[in-house]
Amino acid sequence: MENDGTSVAINSNADIVEARQKGRALAVELGFDGSDLTLIAAAISEIARNIVDHAKTGQIILNAASQGSKRGICIIAKDQGPGIKDVAKAMQYGYSTRKGLGVGLPGAKWLMDEFEIDTKVGVGTTVTMKKWLH
Amino acid sequence: MHVPVLKQGGYLIASVQSVLSDADLLQLRDDLAERVGQFRSRGVIIDVTVLDVIDSFATRTLRAVAHMLKLRGAETVIVGIQPDVAFAMVQLGLTLEGVGTALDLEEGLAYLNRLSKKNVKHGK
Repeated sequence: MENDGTSVAINSNADIVEARQKGRALAVELGFDGSDLTLIAAAISEIARNIVDHAKTGQIILNAASQGSKRGICIIAKDQGPGIKDVAKAMQYGYSTRKGLGVGLPGAKWLMDEFEIDTKVGVGTTVTMKKWLH
Repeated sequence: MHVPVLKQGGYLIASVQSVLSDADLLQLRDDLAERVGQFRSRGVIIDVTVLDVIDSFATRTLRAVAHMLKLRGAETVIVGIQPDVAFAMVQLGLTLEGVGTALDLEEGLAYLNRLSKKNVKHGK
């Protein structure tokens, strides 16, 4: 049975902690352990922060993932914020439109196995990322 | 959650007790900047043993704390970064450049003692 998902509303930076704790708990349930748990929590932290910094509000949706024989976790970050004008630039390490380190999106991509951004200026951004059990 | 700050001789020890929100981190920064003046501390140890994630914001804030305290005349050493946390930080390309780090509280104290001895020598 597929898990039907947990959604965490992101309204302020205090919600980032909740999102990563719930993500970590789901990852444990799905069979992840050791450093994978930390990597997943860190990736959630970065994309949740991205919502707070750029869109103010949004949500993180946590789910089990499967593809063929692969099992893992799927994390979706959704917002109705300003969207990203230049995705290639936003994915460049060290690039930030604010005072950040420019680590968030490219960093999250490195931590996960799959990473996709769907964004439209004026409409919002959806980041979908997955990590598979090895 | 609020981070308790203890005075130990000429040093301050901030021992993180649970996961920290962004606001908690900023509060810790402000507390330490003030306490260093209040207690005339020369060194500060921040124990992050319990943190399961140190993300880009936490890294940036810890760096800012160390640099601020340096401007206030105190050395900072971060202790207790767990192996998995260190691994994730490396994967994220996060560094604590210019910030002292040590394995645990004991090593952190030794680090500050070494530094203060060196400073005394140079002061002569």
